[in-house]
Amino acid sequence: MIRLARRPAPSRVMLWGSPLVAVALTFALGAAAFAAMGQPPLGALHALFVSPLSDLNGVAELLLKASPLCLIALGLAVGFRSNVWNIGAEGQMYIGAVFATGLAIHFQERWGVWMLPAMIVAGIAGGLAWAAIVAALRAHLHASEILVSLMLTYVAALIVKYLVFGPWQDPAANNFPFTVSFEDNALFTLLANYLGALEGTRLNTSVLLTLAAIPLAWVFMKYSFAGFQLRVAGDAPAAARYAGHSEKRAIWIALLIGGAAAGLAGVTEVAGPIGQLNDRWTPGYGFTAIIVAALGRLHPAGIAVASLLMALLYIGGETAQVALQLPRAIAYVFQGLLLMLLLACEVLVNFRLQWTASIRSSQAA
Amino acid sequence: MPTTSPTLLRLDGIVKRYPTVTALDGVRLDVAEGEIHAVLGENGAGKSTLMKAIYGVVQPDGGTIEWRGAPVRISDPVAARELGIAMVFQHFALFESLTVAENIALALPGSFGLADLAGRIVEVSRRYGLPVNPWRSVHELSVGERQRAEIVRCLLQSPRLLIMDEPTSVLTPQAVEQLFETLRALAREGTAILYVSHKLDEIRRLCDRATILRGGRNAGEVDPRAESEAHLAERMIGRSFPKTQKRAHARGAPALRVSELSLPPDGPFGVALHSIRLEVHRGEVLGIAGISGNGQAELLAAVSGERRVSPTEVCLSETPVGHLDAGERRRLGLAYVPEERLGRGAVPGMSLAENALLTASRKGMVRAGLVDWPAAEAYAARCIREFDVRVGGPHESGTGGASATAARSLSGGNLQKFIVGRELVQQPGVMVLAQPTWGVDVAASALIRQRILDLAAAGVAILVVSEDLGEILEVCDRVAVMAGGRLSPVREVSDTDAAEIGAWMAGGFLQ
Repeated sequence: MIRLARRPAPSRVMLWGSPLVAVALTFALGAAAFAAMGQPPLGALHALFVSPLSDLNGVAELLLKASPLCLIALGLAVGFRSNVWNIGAEGQMYIGAVFATGLAIHFQERWGVWMLPAMIVAGIAGGLAWAAIVAALRAHLHASEILVSLMLTYVAALIVKYLVFGPWQDPAANNFPFTVSFEDNALFTLLANYLGALEGTRLNTSVLLTLAAIPLAWVFMKYSFAGFQLRVAGDAPAAARYAGHSEKRAIWIALLIGGAAAGLAGVTEVAGPIGQLNDRWTPGYGFTAIIVAALGRLHPAGIAVASLLMALLYIGGETAQVALQLPRAIAYVFQGLLLMLLLACEVLVNFRLQWTASIRSSQAA
Repeated sequence: MPTTSPTLLRLDGIVKRYPTVTALDGVRLDVAEGEIHAVLGENGAGKSTLMKAIYGVVQPDGGTIEWRGAPVRISDPVAARELGIAMVFQHFALFESLTVAENIALALPGSFGLADLAGRIVEVSRRYGLPVNPWRSVHELSVGERQRAEIVRCLLQSPRLLIMDEPTSVLTPQAVEQLFETLRALAREGTAILYVSHKLDEIRRLCDRATILRGGRNAGEVDPRAESEAHLAERMIGRSFPKTQKRAHARGAPALRVSELSLPPDGPFGVALHSIRLEVHRGEVLGIAGISGNGQAELLAAVSGERRVSPTEVCLSETPVGHLDAGERRRLGLAYVPEERLGRGAVPGMSLAENALLTASRKGMVRAGLVDWPAAEAYAARCIREFDVRVGGPHESGTGGASATAARSLSGGNLQKFIVGRELVQQPGVMVLAQPTWGVDVAASALIRQRILDLAAAGVAILVVSEDLGEILEVCDRVAVMAGGRLSPVREVSDTDAAEIGAWMAGGFLQ
């Protein structure tokens, strides 16, 4: 019989080992699922996780998908560390995209080179505004930020639908739900313009924003006093009160940082590979980023790696569809498996497995 | 005659290892039938682990346990109760919303009527002088009454061995006397009692024999009545007993004033405060005695700023601060050592450097919103050095040195020394301490009390809230008592004594 025995102190090995165990178990269960569907498991895993990376274009697509995931997860991780559970990054990303799109289609070429910076600022403001609703309700009325942020995501999705089916619809679109395509000054420049080797890829300058955000988030978490206060608020609320840290301020900061990052990610998408606003431009980056943050242990470096893995799942899902005629939903199956196993393996940090019964000596897992 | 009675329980060579520490290292213990046997030791000496091994809560890694001459293995508390071992824990395990009889019914095996049980409760409580009303809800009971309910619950199982873990920490001096009478009566009838404590005077008054533990090993078995307190303490801590010294200090202007503070209770089990008035002057130590749960927590929250009140109800010097939060009051020179160390005074999972930053951030540790970690580490290292904080074995001093140790890996006494140090090094004008030495070993207590006295001599205004009357009388210049959310008149310590304060603790000043 297996028994859970509490560890005297959280295991340092398992702190980082448990996500790896979860990833390994995901692969194992995934392979079993493929076998059950009559696919050779190794071949299927190869199609999902290896063949997408076989050429430069695949790697570029991977980075393009990982970038918004990483950006959102960095913002969410700050909040998660203070036990503020913003589940609505998806909605905050929509509103960020809406704010940026508003500028792009109404002012078009009038703002010249200032268009893209203005869109970035507007997108961040949009994400902030949407998260501010959650923060106000949580900090001042004690409404659950989990429910409010999640429900506001559906409101945000409907706002996007209203705009692209209504006032912002491209008149030349034959009633398809999308806006006009953005002008060049409202788009991130392709990196191929600066680096010939990237010719043919869709990689653009927005990934540089993400690259900059990783150390920024690390500095915020490790060196800023505000980041420290957030961690205290998450670990020991009574200690935060005792020290005189404002609880409301911590809630506001936690949610606003998540909202800002999500809003920015919205801009990088509509002003990047999408190039317009439509009603189905995101494969759920805002939700997947929650898994990324958890998988990356809320640490910026971990998040960067985790975002690459989750992006690989998205792209692998598409490859699997083409190569194996498997439904694209296979990517979501893997996502779900991973999140579930991640939460299950979390227990290994504070507990160890013990085989009891006749064996008296305990064995560490 | 206890020494000639047959042996009831014999432990030999008991070993209990935890991954980072050996809690018990070959401990021996003999308990005869009908004796009151003290287990004496500092915090961390292994007393609690040893009791848990006897009560089946932990399994020893080595050694033998004999019960009435036969080897036994006590796999869990149920097995212990079947043998006839009962234990009254330091923290009671009673359901607040149930009556005494219902609580006791939950603990007893078999089926019976509640009315019958109530009859048995009344009978036992009368026989041993443990007045307890079986029909009252637990949340209405004082701490002393709760303890009596726990003891009655144990006695109904007719134990042959009763373990009492630090039982007097929550009792008035009068209630302690009453408890001792009960224990002596039980012993006369043949029940053995294992009395776990670090209070030497009580052990000398009550116990026939004492097993002294130090660092998880036996440090002697003595007749406590034949030994001096100093000698016992020396055996317990391994060196001579530290004594605190009061230094001459003059009472200055008032630095902390609470005026007409009244507060409604903050929850169903909270206590309302009724027009509390007190003044703490520079260079004096004012003590607030009383049993916990009489409004001390509420008063401390209002003084520290964790609960905000109207501005003039709390003043620092002449500045009204009632409306300010804890951080703003710190800026005005208030420092506070709370009763709960882990989770409030310190963040358990964070390092000592991070915990230094928690309240001392204003001491040059934050510049332009960024933390100067070397400064925080230096501050923590200073607290560790000046307050003799022991941060575990050499295997724990990793790359970041002692200041990288997590708060939760420190023993209670060492963590408290760190917290007191962190607050003192900030050079506050007003210092508030709640239960400064609760659960802290003798050596650490002496160090903390001496620092309090030194601080008063340096002109700081100090408020000490404590259940430990001995401590209050040792360090305070003036004393008041809290009972039922009201504060008694303030007395000079030299003009009062334990009997008067004890009567006040039971609410005697309210008439």
